[in-house]
Amino acid sequence: MRKTSLDTLPAEGGLGNEPLLAVDNLHVEFATRAGLVRAVNGVSYSLNPGETVAVLGESGSGKSVTAQAIMGILDMPPARIPQGEVRFRGTDLLKLSEEARTQVRGQRIAMIFQDALSALNPVFTVGWQISEMFRVHRGMSKRDGMKKAVELMDKVRIPAAKQRINDYPHQFSGGMRQRIMIAMSIALDPEVLIADEPTTALDVTVQAQIMELLAELQRESNMGMILITHDLGVVADVADKIAVMYGGRIVENASVHDIYKSPAHPYTKGLLESIPRVDLKGQELYAIKGLPPNLLDMPTGCAFHPRCPYRQDNCVTDVPPLHEISGTRNSACHYWREVLDGDQR
Amino acid sequence: MGRYVIRRLIQAIPVLLGATLFIFAIVFALPGDPVEALAGEKRQDPAILAVIRDQYHLNDPLLVQYWHYITGIVLEGDFGKTFAGVPVTQLLAGKLQVTLNLALVALTLEAVIGVLLGLWAALRRGRATDTAILASTLLLISIPTLVTGFVLQLWLGVWLKQAVGTEIFPIAGATQGLKSYLLPGFVLAGTSIAYLTRLTRTSLVETLRSDYIRTATAKGLSRRRVVGRHGLRNALIPMVTYLGADLGALMGGAVITETIFNLPGIGKQLYDGVYLREQPIVVGIVTILVLVYILANLVVDMLYAVLDPRIRYE
Ligand SMILES: Nc1ncnc2c1ncn2[C@@H]1O[C@H](COP(=O)(O)OP(=O)(O)OP(=O)(O)O)[C@@H](O)[C@H]1O
Ligand SMILES: [Mg+2]
Repeated sequence: MRKTSLDTLPAEGGLGNEPLLAVDNLHVEFATRAGLVRAVNGVSYSLNPGETVAVLGESGSGKSVTAQAIMGILDMPPARIPQGEVRFRGTDLLKLSEEARTQVRGQRIAMIFQDALSALNPVFTVGWQISEMFRVHRGMSKRDGMKKAVELMDKVRIPAAKQRINDYPHQFSGGMRQRIMIAMSIALDPEVLIADEPTTALDVTVQAQIMELLAELQRESNMGMILITHDLGVVADVADKIAVMYGGRIVENASVHDIYKSPAHPYTKGLLESIPRVDLKGQELYAIKGLPPNLLDMPTGCAFHPRCPYRQDNCVTDVPPLHEISGTRNSACHYWREVLDGDQR
Repeated sequence: MGRYVIRRLIQAIPVLLGATLFIFAIVFALPGDPVEALAGEKRQDPAILAVIRDQYHLNDPLLVQYWHYITGIVLEGDFGKTFAGVPVTQLLAGKLQVTLNLALVALTLEAVIGVLLGLWAALRRGRATDTAILASTLLLISIPTLVTGFVLQLWLGVWLKQAVGTEIFPIAGATQGLKSYLLPGFVLAGTSIAYLTRLTRTSLVETLRSDYIRTATAKGLSRRRVVGRHGLRNALIPMVTYLGADLGALMGGAVITETIFNLPGIGKQLYDGVYLREQPIVVGIVTILVLVYILANLVVDMLYAVLDPRIRYE
């Protein structure tokens, strides 16, 4: 079914237990004037067709850098990937030639960004930008490409798509722009869609509509989705699995159900407690104390120890491994049992 | 758009009047008597000189002279006559063509060389090529046109001719078509090439950092298409502005180049006009230059709206 010019990659999945996409022990560092910034330090997560993995974590925890490494859109230099794998249908993308990667980008793994106004090119019409996918990758004529663009704009429910095809990005509202971004990303039926905070720049009612649209498109096409977000409320509705990042590491990996029931890492616990809840109205909102770690000067041992209510002496000295709690669940905390049991500080 | 153009043209009128009055006053204030200067060493009959002064209204106050001049232009298209009796329009017609040719050759060289070098530097940002290009533009900017002019005239004009036996770059006059404009055009464009190279580099580097470039890459487009279509198209906006505004500067800057290469253009004529204090010539040329500036800027603003859909004039 799927048309692809890439022979090295199997067209369909089903390689035994190999997931659709697997990030494995990924490291990314940036050479900066101030020194080496280790933005991603051994991140692993995996994604199956039709599944949504939510990546959570505060600003600077390395969520976007990980996503960009998957897409292969990091500027190298200054970025460097000293170790790790990004396996797509069993093939390590990091080992492919630039040419082969270009074939994967946009066609098989697509991405949408936070701010659609700056992410769309201001000097080309939206129709031109969407149809470019068909012209470049499918060799379509301008006219056929435009027809496809109208279909896609209809599909993401942009009113009067046909009349608006020759408008420029700045002529649309924020929500409509993000829909255009989505239309462009799903143009060639990608198997994986990475959405990096797709609703952060939008107001609340529009946020819900966009998430609904993404969920619907995913259901139709069975694509896997990596959803990077700050919004824990959104996560509960759409995600299957959650990967929580802190200081460039995964600190907890689990199904949505497990995490909401009882987190197994103090940081996840802090995140959940900082969601405003109707039943606790009037009480002071919980916030994790302290500041995110400085990537140029990471704390010794567990990166979270300066802020952790469960801290013991060995947290300062020993980096916790990613403990396996169950077949589908991991926590990078020496005291995950205590956290899970809910022994409070 | 049409109304915008008309409004801009109306706005140009006070600018033109101000500029001509200003230059009129400056020429008026120059020391010495133009009629005596014209006569040179020979002692002339004072009565004849008085007649000439009267004929050219040289005894009237500045504003009255200016009034005569402006009404002449507006009512009869008459830019005045030289002391030798030739109408200024007739004198300048052919010379304007020479200068325009020179400026256009210079502008073309500037656009081609500047954009290519800037592009090259931007794509090799931080590497040896980039550093070398940036260093040579600095060098080019810091050497005066007078020096590049004479040096290139000697090297590429005289020595090269001696070395290969035939003339590749003519060193004087405008008698050999496009060929005679190449060397002076390059000299005239020199610093502009350097500035445009740097502007292109900066503009493209800046553009390539934008989010929509990242999007274009994420769409699976080739690097060539990302830079050439998505990047260059945006980087073009400041470059076009600079090029447009530079046309006027090149025509105004032609004085030195035309003198070095003995090109019979308005630059050289301006030099002679100032020397002989021929008010109608000097003011006429300045008026033309101001007009070129105004029109070039108007065209740039129009191009702006074409290049950047976010800009609209009504
Ligand atoms: N080009 C770069 N050069 C140097 N450091 C970088 C670069 N890009 C990212 N970083 C660093 O990598 C770290 C992780 O950045 P990243 O964008 O992945 O954070 P994030 O988790 O997506 O945060 P946010 O929620 O704010 O988007 C940050 O501390 C950032 O400073
Ligand atoms: Mg981010």
